[in-house]
Amino acid sequence: MTISEKQEELLEELDLFQDWTERYEYVIGLGKKLSPMDEGLHTSERLIKGCQSQVWLDASSQGGKMNYLADSDSVITKGMIALFVRVLDGETPEDVLTADLSFIDRTGLKEHLAPTRANALTLMAAQMKKGALEASQGGA
Amino acid sequence: MRLAASGSRDYRSHVSKLDPYAVRADFPILAQTVHGKPLVYLDNAATSQKPLAVLDSSRNYYETLNSNIHRGVHHLAQAATAAHEQARETVAQHLNASRPEEIIFTSGTTDSINLVASALGRSNLLKAGDEIIVSGLEHHSNTVPWQMLCERLGITLKVIPVLDDGTLDLDAYQALLNERTKLVAVNHVSNAFGTLNDVIHICSQAKQAGALTLIDGAQSIPHLPIDLQLLDCDFYAFSGHKVYGPTGIGILYGRYDLLVELPPWRGGGEMIKEVTFEKTTYNDPPFKFEAGTPNIEGGIALAAAFDYVNNLGMDLIHIHETTLIQQAAAMLSEFDEVTIYGPDNRAGSLSFNFKGIHHYDLGTLLDQMGFALRTGHHCCQPLMSRFGITGTMRASFAAYNTSEEIDALGTALKKALMMLR
Repeated sequence: MTISEKQEELLEELDLFQDWTERYEYVIGLGKKLSPMDEGLHTSERLIKGCQSQVWLDASSQGGKMNYLADSDSVITKGMIALFVRVLDGETPEDVLTADLSFIDRTGLKEHLAPTRANALTLMAAQMKKGALEASQGGA
Repeated sequence: MRLAASGSRDYRSHVSKLDPYAVRADFPILAQTVHGKPLVYLDNAATSQKPLAVLDSSRNYYETLNSNIHRGVHHLAQAATAAHEQARETVAQHLNASRPEEIIFTSGTTDSINLVASALGRSNLLKAGDEIIVSGLEHHSNTVPWQMLCERLGITLKVIPVLDDGTLDLDAYQALLNERTKLVAVNHVSNAFGTLNDVIHICSQAKQAGALTLIDGAQSIPHLPIDLQLLDCDFYAFSGHKVYGPTGIGILYGRYDLLVELPPWRGGGEMIKEVTFEKTTYNDPPFKFEAGTPNIEGGIALAAAFDYVNNLGMDLIHIHETTLIQQAAAMLSEFDEVTIYGPDNRAGSLSFNFKGIHHYDLGTLLDQMGFALRTGHHCCQPLMSRFGITGTMRASFAAYNTSEEIDALGTALKKALMMLR
């Protein structure tokens, strides 16, 4: 499945929920299902700066595919980054770099977020692309 | 000239208890819905909403009085000056200051504190090796200006420690005071935990040690009757917007003889007596500290806010809010794994956390249900570090909050916690 197909699938799933409670519960659930990130990886280099809650992102590549691990002390933030992990994990660095991540605007979640949180989503997307850039240059 | 009280009701002539529903009718903003739910505004420590009496006063100023003050000979200039100076008198009366000249209009608490820090820094009252005492409960605005001053002059900043119950360690405070202590700057009420500090005691101890005192009144002015003669502090600072007035207006009270002694901090119009290129002589207090055209409308509308709260009765407001805080504390203590910060003797705010729940998550879900609460460090990072937390949820109260809203908050918290756990 391509990145944009995965995005469409995710948007369809979110569309099933009529009210905000279910939507949030679904996103929180996605965060809880993320592969565990070892506490040792909670380093300041992996911390996404500018977010009001703590979010750590580890980007690495193996066999030409990106491998993302993420964690947060906020379950909603963790759910948000899980949306990105779901569509970008396992893709090539080149595909991640060229991916259009504006799907997040269509999730209907952004308007429910305080500006600081909505900004955090942009920071997360940028950090994931940065990891892919480093991998494509043989850095990660 | 009284612009303010006209049109507001005299509640005290009818009731001995504050009726928050009658008060709500004076605040148009509270009638709105948020995400389709009725707004429950519990972020009053950040800023309070404005009653019609204050909104009318602002509008009335620009509709009927607007003119620059103090130097005009024409009718409007004189009327605006009279209203501006009447506002100063209203503030002086509300605080029980000795004279209106002790009231300086500023842009807010931060501006007031910076004024004192800057003027003291230029005076001969401070020198390298002196000490300034603040407390571990301070807002950054009552810490950073002193740090900057200390850095500049080689002064040492000392901190009164905070005990586990969120109160100040007054024994440690006593031990910190010595002949090098030149100033003690503490808040009356903590914006983060609501702790009501014994500032009468703190000021009296400081005075005995020969130190000046500054009270950050940002969180006491909306909730308590203030009597400066009783507090006996040298400076008292607050913002108008916390006490139902507009933003961009604040007050610094300063003891008159001290204001005479202190040099000005900003140069410009209004603050001078005579200017030549060789030498400028400065005006008397309070004008010496009010360079430039002030926030004329803001000052007049702030006086309208004081007329408004005095019409409700500060004592009745305090009783009403204390009842709400007690109800909220009791409601919260019914929850499992909840931590309430600060002592029972608090004013205005109630700060709490649930074990394993991030305050931002809770704040986000509560917002979805129409509740405005503050989350985060409340501009008190050292205090948060002291308690090993990144922040708290803070509910803060005003005259228009109701018991029904506390019940609704309890229901909303149950729902949010079910989603997050």
